[in-house]
Amino acid sequence: MAFGLGLLNGLRYTFTRIAKTYIGDLRHLGRSHDPKEFARRQSVRGDGIFTAQYPEERVPVPENFRFVPFLVYEPKLDESGKPLVDAKTGKEVIGVERCTACGICSKVCPPQCIWIVRGTTPEGRPKPQAAEFYIDIDICMNCGYCAEFCPFDAIKMDHDYELADYERHTSHVYDVKKLLKSTTYYSKIHPQDWAREEADRKAKEAAKAKKPA
Amino acid sequence: MAVNPPPPPETKINPNDPQVVAEKIKTVFADAVESASAQGIVVKSDKLLDVTRYLRDKLSFDYLNNVTSVDYPDRFEVVYQVSSMDRGGAPLTLKVNAARENPTVPSLVPVYRGADFQEREVYDLMGIQFPGHPNLHRILLWDGFEGYPLRKDYKEPYYEEEKKPFGTRWDQGHHVIAEDRNPWHDNVKYPANFDAMSYKPTQEIYPTLGLAEATSTRLRTDKIVVNIGPQHPSTHGVARLKVTLDGETIVAVEPVLGYLHRNHDKIGERNTYLQNIPYTDRLDYFTSMSNNFTYVIGVEKLMGIKPPERAEYIRVIMAELTRWQSHAVAVGFLYNDLGAFYTPLLYGLEERELILDLFEAVSGSRMMCNYMRFGGLARDVPEDFLGKVQYLVDERLPKRTDELEAYLIKNELFLARAKKVGVLPRDLAISYSTAGPVLRGSGVKYDVRRAEPYSIYDRFDFDIPTGTTGDLYDRTIVRIAEMRESLRILKQALKDVPAGEIMTGKKNYQIRVPKGEVYGRAENPKGELGFFLNSDGSPNPYRYHVRSPSFINMGALNEMAVGHKIADLIVIFGSLDVVMGEVDR
Repeated sequence: MAFGLGLLNGLRYTFTRIAKTYIGDLRHLGRSHDPKEFARRQSVRGDGIFTAQYPEERVPVPENFRFVPFLVYEPKLDESGKPLVDAKTGKEVIGVERCTACGICSKVCPPQCIWIVRGTTPEGRPKPQAAEFYIDIDICMNCGYCAEFCPFDAIKMDHDYELADYERHTSHVYDVKKLLKSTTYYSKIHPQDWAREEADRKAKEAAKAKKPA
Repeated sequence: MAVNPPPPPETKINPNDPQVVAEKIKTVFADAVESASAQGIVVKSDKLLDVTRYLRDKLSFDYLNNVTSVDYPDRFEVVYQVSSMDRGGAPLTLKVNAARENPTVPSLVPVYRGADFQEREVYDLMGIQFPGHPNLHRILLWDGFEGYPLRKDYKEPYYEEEKKPFGTRWDQGHHVIAEDRNPWHDNVKYPANFDAMSYKPTQEIYPTLGLAEATSTRLRTDKIVVNIGPQHPSTHGVARLKVTLDGETIVAVEPVLGYLHRNHDKIGERNTYLQNIPYTDRLDYFTSMSNNFTYVIGVEKLMGIKPPERAEYIRVIMAELTRWQSHAVAVGFLYNDLGAFYTPLLYGLEERELILDLFEAVSGSRMMCNYMRFGGLARDVPEDFLGKVQYLVDERLPKRTDELEAYLIKNELFLARAKKVGVLPRDLAISYSTAGPVLRGSGVKYDVRRAEPYSIYDRFDFDIPTGTTGDLYDRTIVRIAEMRESLRILKQALKDVPAGEIMTGKKNYQIRVPKGEVYGRAENPKGELGFFLNSDGSPNPYRYHVRSPSFINMGALNEMAVGHKIADLIVIFGSLDVVMGEVDR
């Protein structure tokens, strides 16, 4: 092999790549952040440049994506069966909190970042509801065990990964108020899981209804 | 060169069986063996060197897989795993007892040079002396460190309780910030009467000075010591190379490690078995799927369970995709080290992104996958997953592999820099306990997937690529060839992924692991990753040790680099493909 040929051969690949990138740009002339073109570039069939220009372009996260858990509540419904929305906060009114404070999530948590105080009834007996529930998100390693092992589908993994903050000692310890999110939100970010869980729940309820009859 | 035969059938005598080997040892050294069982051979401390020499020379146990130690209430135990490169099969376990007061065990460095770093680690973390070791001082911790952290009575700075889960979390879990529990100035323990201003390291800072005479006769030069790193882009993380130079020629290299040390072993002993899985992701963060895989194999061995077929296939698919992307990045980074900044690397990274996209869709995270469970997988793959992998394996990745090879390996500039650089001869590669592409680059046809097939690797048809001279070029070629073999395995695996369950038994967060001891290992992209687990029947492992291929491969760096120029050192270091998360643990 003549000296230098291998080098030129290597450069050929580099120039092909550059050309492919410009062809992609030309195809969407004037629309540099075209979402369709971006999706193609990022897919297994993409070629040319593959970087995402964050924050203008965002790579969509898959349904299984896990980042910092949240607690699920079922919103209060109005007569038509639609969730009631608090006019002041714009959030759905809390109907039932699914969490029963059983403590499995805090026991299974590898870095031990979940702290639970179990609620008590006025008579002083333990109540299946958390009086306090903290997640220290500085310590959370996003492993998803809490969501995986929760028997009540009460804790789920969020999709919101932009948690930058100016201060970490108080704002990075999430309490119940910050953690609670409605099933409407959950069904939006985890549509398949939601459909599966609802089907399971309905099947169980149907079985229950059948039994006494 | 002998080819690893498949493991002998049950009826034949297994030459690696501890009891069989113990009988053979007894015929030569009558009183050397204290006891022998399926768990291993307990050897008398003063006969250890004789026995290992006999094992190496006569029974061809020429490879030291792993050295670790266990702290029992009444004694210390040093555990060795040795195996044969030619014969393959399960490694043989040797054990040596040491007294609680002043524990000493003779050093194995004269027999296996790979014992060097591993014995230093045992000394560092468990405080066992190894007389006969050429350079016995702390390796992961600093010289003035107080105490031996892996001993059971040691309590780390943010110590809360002996074992997880901590009782303070539930049901009266009033949150306390870790820094409030242990203020920042209280979180370091100094030796008694420690004064930072007058502190002098016990170890000579530059022990490599004056090692050899200056080579040039015309111009007399002094030897100088240069520290490369810890903050240096070519050290692949935070490693420091203490290099002694004669002009520009390397006289000696000593890696200084531990900048990322967090005592993974101790964390693992505080954790429950299940809680360790996400921690293994953080060892070699390029290959988290295979780390999960290996750890899960180890615990499953101990529990005596097997995952369902579908889970086995998906595990293999994940492990082989991981191997492909890890090697692509390794070759890419090698080019960074050679001075071809970022363009070749990004070509490797692009394909890696696509594989990570798949991992993310499956497991929920790109790098910290946490996907395997004992007896199966965390969840089934999404519907379109197998189709996407099929497209990658059939269409895209083979082309990219060829491209990577064509523009890199056929390039004269690369050939000039890679041929006959960083040579590690076959016998030294074995002696230094190197693993993975480094070992195979030196011409040793050894791959755990063939030597001791785990999971379902015995069903696939693939070759073990090897090099001939053991130079940098061979190691790179082996990586590229292994990428092709991975694709071959993937093609076969994708063809018959069965439908069905992905988990044996019910998912449970409280896992029962019976009493026992196991060394689970698998062929990771970087080499043989091993997990030594000792269970006392409780929910937390009694002893948890990681045999890290990157760490042990680093032991051969000095051998490869001496005599080369300093620019070559960077490339030789790059060709080891180490990840500091795994080296320092």
